[in-house]
Amino acid sequence: MSPIKLFLLSSNGRKTVMALTGLFLILFLVVHLAGNLQLLVPDQGRSFNEYSHFMSHSLLIQTVSKLNFAFIILHVLYSLWLTKQANAARPVGYQGRPAKEMTTWSSRNMGILGTLVLAFLLVHLKGFWFELKFGEVPVVLYPGAEESLPDAFRVVSEAYANPMYALFYVLSMVAVGFHLYHGFQSAFHTLGLSNYRYKPMIRTVGTLFAVAVPALFALIPVVMYLQKAGY
Amino acid sequence: MKLDSKIPEGTLQERWTRYRSTVPLVSPANKRKMEIIVVGTGLAGASAAASLAELGYKVKAFCFQDSPRRAHSIAAQGGINAAKNYQNDGDSVYRLFYDTIKGGDYRAREANVHRLAEVSASIIDQCVAQGVPFARDYGGMLDNRSFGGTQVSRTFYARGQTGQQLLLGAYSALNRQIAKKQVTMYSRHEMVELVTVDGKAKGIIAKNLVTGELERHSAHAVVLASGGYGNVFYLSTNAMGSNVTAAWKAHRHGALFGNPCFTQIHPTCLPQSGEYQSKLTLMSESLRNDGRVWVPAIKEDALAVREGRLKAGDIPEDRRDYYLERKYPAFGNLVPRDVASRAAKEVCDAGHGVAPTGLAVFLDFEDSIRRLGRNTISARYGNLFEMYEKITGDNPYETPMKIYPAVHYTMGGLWVDYDLMTTVPGLYAIGEANFSDHGANRLGASALMQGLADGYFVLPYTIGSYLSSEIRHAAPSTEDPAFVEAEQRALAYQQKILGIQGRRSPESFHRELGKIMWEYCGMARSRDGLTHALGLIDQLHKDFWSDVRVSGTLASFNPELDKAQRVADFIELGRLMVCDALAREESCGGHFRVEHQTPEGEALRHDDNFAYVAAWEYTGALNEPVMHREDLVFEAAHPTQRSYK
Amino acid sequence: MESTSLNLRLQVWRQPSTQASGKFETYELPSVPVHASFLEMLDLLNEQLITEGREPVAFDHDCREGICGMCSLYINGRAHGPQQGTTTCQLHMRHFEDGETITIEPFRAKAFPVVRDLVVNRSAFDRIQQAGGYITVNTGNAPDGNAVPIPKTDADEAFAAAACIGCGACVAACKNASAMLFVSAKVSQYALLPQGQPEHRERVLSMVQAMDEEGFGHCTNTGACEAECPKGISVENIARLNRSYLGAQFSGGGHAAGGGSSMA
Repeated sequence: MSPIKLFLLSSNGRKTVMALTGLFLILFLVVHLAGNLQLLVPDQGRSFNEYSHFMSHSLLIQTVSKLNFAFIILHVLYSLWLTKQANAARPVGYQGRPAKEMTTWSSRNMGILGTLVLAFLLVHLKGFWFELKFGEVPVVLYPGAEESLPDAFRVVSEAYANPMYALFYVLSMVAVGFHLYHGFQSAFHTLGLSNYRYKPMIRTVGTLFAVAVPALFALIPVVMYLQKAGY
Repeated sequence: MKLDSKIPEGTLQERWTRYRSTVPLVSPANKRKMEIIVVGTGLAGASAAASLAELGYKVKAFCFQDSPRRAHSIAAQGGINAAKNYQNDGDSVYRLFYDTIKGGDYRAREANVHRLAEVSASIIDQCVAQGVPFARDYGGMLDNRSFGGTQVSRTFYARGQTGQQLLLGAYSALNRQIAKKQVTMYSRHEMVELVTVDGKAKGIIAKNLVTGELERHSAHAVVLASGGYGNVFYLSTNAMGSNVTAAWKAHRHGALFGNPCFTQIHPTCLPQSGEYQSKLTLMSESLRNDGRVWVPAIKEDALAVREGRLKAGDIPEDRRDYYLERKYPAFGNLVPRDVASRAAKEVCDAGHGVAPTGLAVFLDFEDSIRRLGRNTISARYGNLFEMYEKITGDNPYETPMKIYPAVHYTMGGLWVDYDLMTTVPGLYAIGEANFSDHGANRLGASALMQGLADGYFVLPYTIGSYLSSEIRHAAPSTEDPAFVEAEQRALAYQQKILGIQGRRSPESFHRELGKIMWEYCGMARSRDGLTHALGLIDQLHKDFWSDVRVSGTLASFNPELDKAQRVADFIELGRLMVCDALAREESCGGHFRVEHQTPEGEALRHDDNFAYVAAWEYTGALNEPVMHREDLVFEAAHPTQRSYK
Repeated sequence: MESTSLNLRLQVWRQPSTQASGKFETYELPSVPVHASFLEMLDLLNEQLITEGREPVAFDHDCREGICGMCSLYINGRAHGPQQGTTTCQLHMRHFEDGETITIEPFRAKAFPVVRDLVVNRSAFDRIQQAGGYITVNTGNAPDGNAVPIPKTDADEAFAAAACIGCGACVAACKNASAMLFVSAKVSQYALLPQGQPEHRERVLSMVQAMDEEGFGHCTNTGACEAECPKGISVENIARLNRSYLGAQFSGGGHAAGGGSSMA
C-alpha cells in the first residue's frame, strides 16, 4: 500500500484530516464574521450588500467557498468514519457512571455538537445562501451608486424579524461555541503543535475564540431583531 | 551424588576470561536447529530469552502473567550495582566482588561472584543502549548513589523504579525477538512438570492458565528463571503470583535445592494491619537515612498506643527507646538489613510493639523535619510518604510511620554449577531461582545485577558448553513416552486436588503455612521451634490433602486450582527450609539461630563446620531430604566476623 | 467515631468465558475492614463465595503495589476506581461509604476481550510493542554507557514516559477505547533519547499501524487517559506522537508494513 494511502487510512491520518479541515473552517469563521458584522453598520445595509456582492463575484472567494463546502463534507464524512471505528472499538459499554467527570463536556460530545452545527448549517444555507443564489432577491439602489445591488441585507433582516428564527441562531451559536471550545485546541494537539510550552497559550486562545466568535455571530440576529421590533 | 561445581582452572581474575575463550561453541547452522525453553520472563528470563534468540537459538518463553512485562522484577525500587567506578571513588571489580562475598557472610561461591562483578559494567552499557532512562547528572552523565551502606557509589538507578525500567528494557529486547519469530511467547502459562529423557532435561509440561489445557513442549535445554520463593511466608513483598512450582517440580525431578533456609527479611516494610491482608509493601531502605527508629520504653505506653489511647507524639523523649541507636552506636539506624530486622522483632516480642497487632515500630522523621525542614524531607522522600499515606491513611509528616520487617528475597534456590546448570543435565537455573551469588545475605541493588548478568552475559556462553554435545540429537518428539508420562503425572496431580472437595480454601492453608514459617523459620530460629514447625507442617500437609476445597473444573480458567497447586508445593518447600535451618547449626546472614550468637547477641558463624552449600535431594513429600555438601573455598576473601557496634 | 468496617453491596460483572454472554450479579459483603485494599475486599468476597460453594470472581492482580500493571477493574464508572493516580491494588476501602453499592466491571474494549469475569486479555499491547517498541541492539553491542551524554531534562522526560505500566486504564477510560496514550508513551521514551533516533521513523509508523490493526478507537483529545492514568502519563506524549507521525510522512524512505527494521 502506498504511504499516502496508508496515512489516510490510519486513525492518525484521519484525525489529521479532521484537524486540518477543522482549522480551515475556523479560519473561514473569522472571515465570515468580519463580513457579517457589517450587518450592524447603520447604513441601510449598504456595506453588507456591497461586501456580499463582491464576495459573489470574486473568483478567489468562489474557489475558497467551494473548498469550504468540500472541507465541510470531508469533516463530516471523516467524523462519521471515525465514529464508526470508535463505536466498534467498544462493543459493550459501561454501566457504572463516575461521581465526577474527569473530562470536559464538550470533548465528550463533539459528535452531538457537530450534528447540531450541521443541522444549523443546513438551515442557514437554505435560508440565506440558497435564497441569495437561486431565490428571487429584491434589489436596492443606494444613493450615488452606479447600479443596483441584490439586497441581501433585507433577506437577512426579514428572517431575523422572526423571534424563533433569531433564537434558533443564538442557540446554534452556543453549540458552535462548545464545538470550538474543544475543537480548537484538539486540532493543534492532533497536528502535534501542542507541547508543554504552548499548550496553555493554545488553550487560552482557543477558549477566547470559542466564546468571542460565536457570541459576535449571535449578537447579529439579536440586534437586528431588536431593531426590527423597534427597540 | 558427587557435586561438581565445575569451577574452571586458573586464578580468580582469569577464570571467566579463560572460560570464554575455551568453552565449546555451537555453530550458527546448528544453533538454528536447537530449541531452548525459558520459564519466567523477569530480568533473568527475559534477558536470557532475548540474548539466546539473538544468537540464533529457537526460544520458547513462558510466563504465568498476562504479559512478560509484569514479572515481579518490575517492583524492584532501589537500583543496580556495577563496578564502573564512574565516580572515581575507588571502586573496582575486586571491590564489588569482595563486598558481595562479605555481605553474603561468606556463604557464596567465589568464582561465580567474581564473574558477576566482572560482567556488571557491561550490563549498564547494554541497558543504556536499549534506552533505559537511568538518572543522569546535569552534564548528561550517568548518576550513581551509595546504597545499603557501601563505601562507594556504584548504584545506578531510575528514580525509585529501577527494576521496572530494566525489565522493560529486557522486555523490549524480547519483543524484538518475538517479532522476528525467534522467540515464541507463551503468556498465562505455568510450568507444571519437567520432562527428562535419559536423565537429561528435554522439555516441560505447561498449563495454559486460560483454557486449563496441559501442553507438551520439547527442547534441547530448559532454563528456569522462575524467581524466588518468598511467598512461602504467605505475607511477603513478592507479587501474589510469585511461586516455587517450576523450581519445585525440577527439585522433585532430581535438581538439588541449595541453601533453602537463606531468606532476606527487609526491615522497612508496612506492617500487617489485619487478617485479610494479602501482601506487604516495601518502603525504600533509604528512609532510614533520616528516620529514627523507636518504640515506647515502657510497656504500658506501648499497650496504650496499640489500643489507641496514646499517640506517638504524647510520649515524651525520656520514655522512648531508640533501640538501634542504643545498641549500635556506630551505625545507629543504618545497620544492615538483617540486624535491623532482628532488633525490631526483639523489641516487639518484648511487648513494646506499636500497631494494633503489636508488630510494628515507629520510624520517626520529626527530628529531621525540624533540622532540615519539611521541604527537604519532601524532596527526598515525597513519593514514599505519599505511598505510605495512600496505603495507611496516616500522614508521615505529622505522625511517625509504623514499619515492620517482611520477607523480601530468597538467597537459596536450585543448586547450580559454574555453568548455571542444575544437577539435572540440560536444566539451568538463573536469577533468583538459583542459589549462587548472594550467600546468606544479599546486598541492596545486587538482585537486579545478578538477574541481568545471568541472562545477558553468563548463560548465553555457558549453555553452549552443554548444547555443543547435544548437536547430534534432535529435540525429542512430544509423543515420546517421557512426555506422555509427565503429562499424566501433572494431570493426576491436579485431579487429585480437585477431587478432595474438603472445606478449606487454598488461601487458608497458605496463610497457615505462612504463620508457621514466619514464627519458626523467620528472623530468629531455634532448634526447638524448628522441630515443632516440622510437626506442624507435616500436619498441614495431611490436612491440605484431605480438606482443601477447589471449585470449578480442570479445563477452564481456574485461578483457585492454580493457587492450590502452588500452595501444595510451598508446603513441601517449607518443610525443606525447616530441615535446612535445623541442619545449619550456626548463624550467618539472614539465617539466625538463637543458639549461635555472640555474647552481644550478634550472628555467630562456624566457618570450620559450615562453610559449605547445603544442596538437598528430594526423597518424597514427607521423607527426610538428603543433604549433599559443596565445600566453599575462599582463596581471596578471607572470612571475618561482621561488627556494627 | 469513624467506623472500622463497611457493609457493601457489590454489583459484579460475571462472564464465564470470552464467547459466553455476561451479566451483573449482586453480592452482599458485610464487615469489610476500612484498611483493606480493594483487591483484599475481593479476596474476602471470594472466600465467602467459596464457603457458599459458589464460583469465585476471577480478577487479574499480581504485585499489589501499583507497578506491575496486572490489576484493572472499572469501579463505579472509573478506571482503577475513584482515587486519582492510584491503581486498583493501591485503592483502599476507606474511600468508600458504609452501605454503598459498588459497580465493578472489566476494562471494556474490543481489543481487550473478556477472558472471564473481570479478567481481560491485553495482549494487544504486547503486539504493539513487538511492532517497534524497542531499540535494535544485540547483547554485547553496546558502547560505554557514558559515551553519549544525555541532557538530564531529556532523560527525566523519557523516564516519565517510560513509567507507563501497561495496565490499559487509558483505553478503558477513553470514550473511543483509544490506545494512543500507551503507544505515545513508548514512542516518546525513545524519541527523547539519542539511542532511539535511528529507528524513530520506522517505529512510529509501525506502532501506529499495529495499534490500528488491533481495533482500538481514535484519539479525540478528551484527556480522559491522562486523568485516569495511575502513573500520570501526560497527553503531551500524544502530541509528540502526532508530530512524529506527521513528520514521518514527509521524511524519506518507504514504510515497511508490519515489523520495524531489524538487524540480521
